Amino acid sequence: MGKLSATLWLILLMLPQQLLANSQFNMREGVTDISNNVYQLHMTIFIICCVIGVIVFAVMFWALIHHRKSKGAIPAQFHESTKVEILWTAIPFVILIAMAVPATKTLIAMEDASKADLTIKITGSQWKWHYEYMGEGVAFYSILSTPQEQITNQADKTNTYLLEVDKPLVLPINKKIRFLMTSDDVIHSWWVPDFAVKKDANPGFINETWTKINEQGIYRGQCAELCGKDHGFMPVVVEAKSEQEFATWLADAKQAKQKAAAADAALLDQTLPKEELMTLGEQVYMASCAACHQPTGMGLPGVFPALKGNPVVLGDIKDHIDVVLHGRPGTAMQAFAKQLSIKQLAAVITYKRNAWGNDTGDVIQPSQIQAELDATSEAK
Amino acid sequence: MSHAPLLKRLVLICLGMFAFAFALVPLYDVFCDVTGLNGKPSLEQAKQSTSINEAREVDVSFTTHAQSGAPFTVQSAEYSVAVKPGAMREVVFKAKNLSNEDKVMQAVPSVSPGKAAKYLHKMACFCFDQQPLKAGEEVEFKLLFYVDTELPDDVEELTLSYTVFDISSQLVASN
Amino acid sequence: MSSVTQQHDNTAADHDDGHHHPAKGFKRWLFTTNHKDIGSLYLIFSLTMFLIGGAMAMVIRAELFQPGLQLVEPHFFNQMTTVHGLIMVFGAVMPAFTGLANWMVPLMIGAPDMALPRMNNWSFWILPFAFLILLASLFMPGGGPAFGWTFYAPLSTTYSNDNTALFVFAVHIMGISSIMGAINVIVTIVNMRAPGMTWMKLPLFVWTWLITAFLLIAVMPVLAGAVTMVLTDKYFATSFFDAAGGGDPVMFQHIFWFFGHPEVYIMILPAFGIISTIVPTFSRKKLFGYASMVYATSSIALLSFIVWAHHMFTTGMPVAAELFFMYATMLISVPTGVKVFNWVATMWRGSISFEVPMLFSIAFIVLFTLGGFSGLMLAITPADFQYHDTYFVVAHFHYVLVTGAVFSIMAGAYYWLPKWTGNMFNITLAKWHFWLSLVSVNVLFFPMHFVGLAGMPRRIPDYALQFADFNAIISLGGFAFGLSQLLFVVVVFKCARGGNKVPAKVWDGAEGLEWEVDSPAPYHTFETPPEIK
Repeated sequence: MGKLSATLWLILLMLPQQLLANSQFNMREGVTDISNNVYQLHMTIFIICCVIGVIVFAVMFWALIHHRKSKGAIPAQFHESTKVEILWTAIPFVILIAMAVPATKTLIAMEDASKADLTIKITGSQWKWHYEYMGEGVAFYSILSTPQEQITNQADKTNTYLLEVDKPLVLPINKKIRFLMTSDDVIHSWWVPDFAVKKDANPGFINETWTKINEQGIYRGQCAELCGKDHGFMPVVVEAKSEQEFATWLADAKQAKQKAAAADAALLDQTLPKEELMTLGEQVYMASCAACHQPTGMGLPGVFPALKGNPVVLGDIKDHIDVVLHGRPGTAMQAFAKQLSIKQLAAVITYKRNAWGNDTGDVIQPSQIQAELDATSEAK
Repeated sequence: MSHAPLLKRLVLICLGMFAFAFALVPLYDVFCDVTGLNGKPSLEQAKQSTSINEAREVDVSFTTHAQSGAPFTVQSAEYSVAVKPGAMREVVFKAKNLSNEDKVMQAVPSVSPGKAAKYLHKMACFCFDQQPLKAGEEVEFKLLFYVDTELPDDVEELTLSYTVFDISSQLVASN
Repeated sequence: MSSVTQQHDNTAADHDDGHHHPAKGFKRWLFTTNHKDIGSLYLIFSLTMFLIGGAMAMVIRAELFQPGLQLVEPHFFNQMTTVHGLIMVFGAVMPAFTGLANWMVPLMIGAPDMALPRMNNWSFWILPFAFLILLASLFMPGGGPAFGWTFYAPLSTTYSNDNTALFVFAVHIMGISSIMGAINVIVTIVNMRAPGMTWMKLPLFVWTWLITAFLLIAVMPVLAGAVTMVLTDKYFATSFFDAAGGGDPVMFQHIFWFFGHPEVYIMILPAFGIISTIVPTFSRKKLFGYASMVYATSSIALLSFIVWAHHMFTTGMPVAAELFFMYATMLISVPTGVKVFNWVATMWRGSISFEVPMLFSIAFIVLFTLGGFSGLMLAITPADFQYHDTYFVVAHFHYVLVTGAVFSIMAGAYYWLPKWTGNMFNITLAKWHFWLSLVSVNVLFFPMHFVGLAGMPRRIPDYALQFADFNAIISLGGFAFGLSQLLFVVVVFKCARGGNKVPAKVWDGAEGLEWEVDSPAPYHTFETPPEIK
């Protein structure tokens, strides 16, 4: 017994810290105090489990080797011992208490509800994230930016394959940030391993969690709760900047919003050529519609309707615009009025009405979209 | 020995457990009220506040979210207000039906952190009732609330979130 | 004594019209009320389902062999993960244990048959229809269920397609079948033990099945309630899980896991019973701590009702609730540990030999314990925030269910196969089956721990590049494990056809009434109750 377990002990003591710390295949230590605590906790339990395992199995394999029938072992007659039973009920109990203490501390530290410096509202929807900087008037969708060709293996995959988005969530470091989570449709779960933050976004309810990032950098995560077809294609990317850089970024974002509004206003007087709208429309369609309605416009029978030959797409323009703007309640069809610009909306509707043999010849202008928005809302 | 008595008992257990699954629904609500499990605040009009804690101030912020396909905007006049526990506060919400059809809106409140839910008392809220809105109609709702003086000390800010649903089609279905 | 004998004669006559030989052909199987026939039916059905569910796992692993989408659409991938889970849980593992119970419980307690033989026939024969419905839905427009075997609302309600009704119907039938099976086991064990077979003399397999049966009748109706609510929410405008109507989608998870956690133990307690039967046989030594095994099993069963929310730590719960569920979950490791210690103590200073059932049992003890350790890690709430819904969880429950439940079923099958058929199986092939399974199952599931820790979420059809190498290895392990199981089919088939004849007591160290009847076990056994020493 002595030699075997001594060797195992030695291996065990040498193994963990160097090999496992920040290895590609261990939990990440991350960049917040909490994630660090969680990592320590994980390693502690892991090592305790290893030690227990080594001891128990050393005993078992000892028996398997030395108490074999082929070696002429004669079975002993004992088959119970209250003392031993009590002992091996009590010892695990003590070990558990030793584990529970740091776990409880970390958990309570995680749920510190004191005031935060910045609040971000995160809304999950099929299959993108929406970020709102509460009280700042800045909000945007964050969508997977990996090209379809890479996913279908027609182009080489880049290093950030499936972990890249068009607009990352930008956050300042050294500030307490509060995340409010909710969902637009099904349950999603917002996860950034480097922050040890994973929280479900439940439709109709709001969840809350906090973080304080210690280091600048780009941190990537994914949706962690099965949310339908493209669950694997809604990554989370966070860019942590210094406080000054963040302030500059936020100011720029506010300006960009005004510029976009001005550009929209200028579009109202223009008539865009069909070719331009079709080209832009195809891009928008592939980014925002093709996940469900498919690049071929054929949909998925019984799940997502085909747009080719679809009565709404071939029918009245106003009805078509209405569906795209406001979605269909209780289905996966989302409201795109706030997700896309009026130019994008005009382009994608033009595209749908002319692609895949839907040869209506209709060309929709941004002004028509705006008119439809105005008809129902003076707010814009 | 007859199997009937034992069989009867076992079948009863099964039926009882089936009923228990449905009993979990009201039990869950009670449990949530007590523990603040899901942050769902009461949908009943609260009693008048009796005392005010002048020494403390809590930030209450508001956020609204129209569920996918619900053609409404609901916006609070202020993003965040500082209130003294026990003091009544009024906040105006503007709601608008964006569609060209008459719709019925249901706002569902949710409070974060969840444990603060039972300390947020609403005297008047548009979430108490279903709100019919005519096509393109815009209305103002008043939310009248106070924060309980018993609110745990570690809660320094809380958020009242409204998720707005279009329940018009469900009303048609159930009629 | 005479009255009991007469009672048993009546029971036998009652369901068998006095025939003492099985009827011929298909009718024998369709109308059979014989516990051995029904046990065989369950086992064959379960093996079939194991292969179908396994084929789906092969589709999953083939798609995940490389990053990018190669073989299947994400929507179909989701159907595969969902139906794989449902089939393995309700079609493979549970019916296998029910089959073993049907065969062995009456033999072990000295009863002539199950207490309610006609219900026994029903509880089996509705099962194939449940799975026909479930599998048929895969071929309908829109496809089968794609919302995970846990069918969280509102993905399974508002956002699912109309074939959800078929899923609900299928789950209802599976539930009814399990409940009837469980009732039968309870009535048999309570009422039909041979005279002198007192509670503390019951073989542990019988004990664990009795406790399992109580778990089944306690939680299968709750599952039925949950699917019924999904059905009415989807089709009849109720709002159990819809926030718009005052419901809460998180409540679904509470109801589901109130069923789901005991369900996990339903799939492992009989396994404990099998291992506790086999280890003493091949250690040629009495089971260590019989009484503490019974108490440990009971306390695991009781604790299973108060830990369900550890599946839902990320849904947002008050700290107090998270702490409660963390502590309660950690507590389960105490009785589970006692069991492992008892098995080791049974082997200690025994006279051990390594027949195939023993090999599977030893693998069970080591690998199930590994799954237990990862379970303990998952119980730690702050760490669970990182583990939750990643491949770490997938690794955990496959260690518990494949190298746990499935290995125990294999062990049990090899242990009793000679008793059922009267023939010894081909030991060389069986050993190949064991060693190939043992190696491949670890190549398959062990690296999953690491990709999970590295951040790969579960239930995704495509993944980031840093997970690629390990996923390729996992897939290779998967294919090897899948192919190895075909060996098992060969061994069983050959053993049923013939082989070296075995005596009544197949294994020299075995104890129990089942070894006192001939091999193969005659169609009718213990029509006169045996004497218990």
